[in-house]
This record gives sequence, structure tokens and C-alpha cells, in this order.
Amino acid sequence: MKKIIYLDNAATTKTSPEVVEAMLPYFTEQYGNASAIYSIGSSNKEVISRARKDIADVLGAKENEIYFTAGGSESDNWALKATCEAYGAKGKHIITSKIEHHAILHTCEYLEKQGFEVTYVDVDEDGVIKMDDLKAAIRPDTILISVMFANNEIGTMQPIREIGALAHEHGILFHTDAVQAFGQVPINVDDLNIDMLSSSAHKLHGPKGIGFLYIRKGVKIRSFVHGGAQERKRRAGTENVPGIVGFAKAAKIAQETMEERRAKEIELRDYLIDRIMAEIPYTKLNGHRTNRLPNNANFSFQFIEGESMLILLDDKGICASSGSACTSGSLDPSHVLLAIGLPHEIAHGSLRLTLSEETTKEDIDFTVDQLKAIVERLRSMSPLYEDFIRRQGK
Amino acid sequence: MYSEKVMDHFNNPRNVGEIENASGVGTVGNAKCGDIMRMYLDIDENGIIQDCKFKTFGCGAAVATSSMATELVKGKTIQQALEVTNKAVMEALDGLPPVKVHCSLLAEEAIHAALWDYAEKNGIKIEGLSKPKSDISEGEEEEDY
Repeated sequence: MKKIIYLDNAATTKTSPEVVEAMLPYFTEQYGNASAIYSIGSSNKEVISRARKDIADVLGAKENEIYFTAGGSESDNWALKATCEAYGAKGKHIITSKIEHHAILHTCEYLEKQGFEVTYVDVDEDGVIKMDDLKAAIRPDTILISVMFANNEIGTMQPIREIGALAHEHGILFHTDAVQAFGQVPINVDDLNIDMLSSSAHKLHGPKGIGFLYIRKGVKIRSFVHGGAQERKRRAGTENVPGIVGFAKAAKIAQETMEERRAKEIELRDYLIDRIMAEIPYTKLNGHRTNRLPNNANFSFQFIEGESMLILLDDKGICASSGSACTSGSLDPSHVLLAIGLPHEIAHGSLRLTLSEETTKEDIDFTVDQLKAIVERLRSMSPLYEDFIRRQGK
Repeated sequence: MYSEKVMDHFNNPRNVGEIENASGVGTVGNAKCGDIMRMYLDIDENGIIQDCKFKTFGCGAAVATSSMATELVKGKTIQQALEVTNKAVMEALDGLPPVKVHCSLLAEEAIHAALWDYAEKNGIKIEGLSKPKSDISEGEEEEDY
């Protein structure tokens, strides 16, 4: 089998062997239902509680403020829908940004149909939310501000502390989708004025199908799944014990290794950005140059289309992603790239490379070398490039 | 996602390039939706398509359908080339995913646009050919980065 260079860690990550090992007993031996009386069940209550505490510790939160879910999308849905339900009598206005994940944007569209009003605040060309616009959007009936911690496509990080402070000044709840940021950058919910936070394990080398919603004590939030008494009666269903254990393990490892990993990833990411910007002409870096996730690089290569690039990269064993229409399943390129002001044709030629701590300098060098040839090849067949060269010649 | 034939035509596209002083050139699609095809035809005095080349900005299917379309019209008469429909291109490629069917339509239109250009240049009328509708607006300036 040819070597795979996996540079799509923002899509999902490899479950780390230590995480798998920690999870295994909960499939085969300690499989009991945590609500049971007998010991192979009831002992899992303690296991879940410990896992909850481990995760709470990473955020500077309390154990009873962590609610396990099936993942980031569910957490986002819950935070928005349940807030609207609980605070709808107070007001019917929500503020979010134009570059949120679809789990937020499509939930907002749903809420609009239920009679809520949503303001989608603009971002600047780096993808940073326009704070003045955010301030101006606040109304007496605003009940919630939801802004993502870091963007999944372009990696740009938002001024979370300021947004949280602004929300609290006006008595508004603040939720952040931290699916990309949790475990990658330090997060303290008190320090950053966060009331609710969504996260998903599989983005940090944990298993798929498990996430959590942090809900600050005192926030009135309704039950999302009705049934048993699990998750303090807010989210019924037999606990996914292996998933919970795996998530806690992954979070712990992410926390312990964060400093060293970040430094390493930032160095490699910057090396990747520098090489590509220097060696491939007519290229734009998308997202903020420095204030971005340690592992994220996103480029637009003029005159070519993203899906073609991905197929040719895959042929070389390189896994990446693009914001082109062809990869989104619609005719429009990514809403994030359009929101930062890219014209459609430039947005179609985007490429996202997201590293992990396993990524090496050799991987980066190989990728850049292959990419150079691929971009050149696709440009040589592009009528847009032909026109461009002709205009240059005139 | 793609058939082996599509992958073959994407990885080894036939007839990529330009034809100097082509008898007809047609460009269809637009950069906004992510696909542009340009087809060059070299047509001899007997109305036979001697050579056909293409350039395409687009996804794997867009490149593969362009490549296959050039193969299907090469050596054919103008009338035969008009019979190369998007369905014919798709069948020759062993099918396309549903979301990519528009790529094959673009290939058919690119042939028609090139034939239309040939007819206009020569002041002739080609039976059964109407003015292609999706010609892209020329001279749209792209920004440099």
C-alpha cells in the first residue's frame, strides 16, 4: 500500500491507540448499563463521572456543567433550539456570524421558520467577526449570541473573550461552537465569558459519535431528548460509555500535549504556507496569517478548480479538502470563502490542508512538490489561465 | 464516485491544448459555477473535423467529458458532430454521478459553440444548429494575488 499523507485533520482525526485501548473494556467486559444495580453496570456511573470531570477540568468548568451528546452538530442544535425554547418569552432575536458551520446556520434557518429573528454578522477579509457590526446588531430582545471559536475551513480564531464580555454586558447568553478549537488551543470558560460550548471527540483523536455541550450553571436550558434521567434529565438515552471514556482520554492527552504540539504544528504550518506562497504564483492564503488554528492552512489557486486538485492529490496519497462547489454538493462554493470576499472562481480553487502532530516536514515537502506540479498541470489545461497569459502578453 | 473511464480521461485527458487559427472556437460555462470549457475545431474544406482540442477549468467530470467529446467528434462530419449529445458523451464514459450530469451538457454545448463560430466565420448556416446560449461573457477581469 502506498504511503498516505493525511492532511484533513479538520474533517476528522485518527483515533489514537491509547484512546482505543482505554475504550475497549467498555465494549467487552464493563458493558453494563450505568443505571443498573449490579456492579458491571453501576460501576460505570463512577467511570462516567470521572470522564466528565476530566473534560470539565480542561475547560476550567465544573463536572455538572458537561452534558454528553452524540457530537458537535447535536450540541449546536441543542444550544440554539433549547435556548430559544427557554428564553423565547424574553426575546426572539439571535445573533451569529456568516461563517458558522452548517450545524449552526441551518439550525438558525429552522428557528427563523419558528418565528425567531437571526442577524448574521459579517466578517472581514481574514474571517474575523466585525465587532462594530456585532455591537450594532444587539437589540433589547436579543437572547443569544453564537459565534464559533475557530473556523473549520480557514482556521481564523475569533475574539471570543470580547464577544462574551459584550454579550454579558447586555444580559445575553453566549454560545461558541468550539468543535475545531477544543483540545487545540487553551480554553477557559470563565476567563473567556462562555455560557455554552460545543465540542466533538473525533476532531481531537477521540472516537466519532460522542460530543458534549458545556452549559454554565444557572443557564436555563431545556431537555433535548426526553426519556430517562441520564445527563441530569436533559439528554436521555443510555450513556455511550466507551465513547465517553474515549473522549475523556483524548481530551486529557490533548491538554497534556497541547503546548508542545501547538509549537510544532505552527512551525510546520508556517513552513507550508511560506513554501506555497513563495513557489506557486497567483495563490492567496485564506484566513488570518497568524491568528489561526495551529494546524490549518487554506489557499486559493487562481485559474483552477478544487475537485480536480483533490483527485490528483489523492492519486499521490495526499488527503485534503476543498471549498469548491463540486465538493460541497451544490453549485455554490463555500459560504465561508464567499463571506471573506472571494469571487466565485477563486473560491472554487481553494484547498484546505490540516496537519496533525504526526505530520512531518518530509510530508510537507512531498505535498508542496506534488502540489506545484498539479497546479501547473491544471493551469496548462485551464482556459482562464490561457486568457490571463494572453492578456499579460498584450 | 467516478467510473474507471472517467478517471482515465481525467488522468490522461486526450486532445488537451489549443489550435492556432482554428476553424471554430467555442467557450461555454462560467467561472461562477465552477466550469468553463473551450473547444477548438480544425475543419477541412470537405467539412470533416480533422482536429479537435480543448481546455477546461472544472472538476474531474468536466475534464473527462471534454476529453471524451473531442474523441467523439474527431474525424467526423459536421452533421455527425452535431449528433454527439450529452447522453452519448455520458454513455461513452460509462456514466456520471447525477450531480455531474451538467458537465456532459457543457461538453455538448462546447461542440455546438465551436461549430457556431465556424459557421459565422464562413458565413454558412449549419442545419439543426442554433446559437448556443451559455457563452460566457468575455473580458471578465480576475484579480491577481
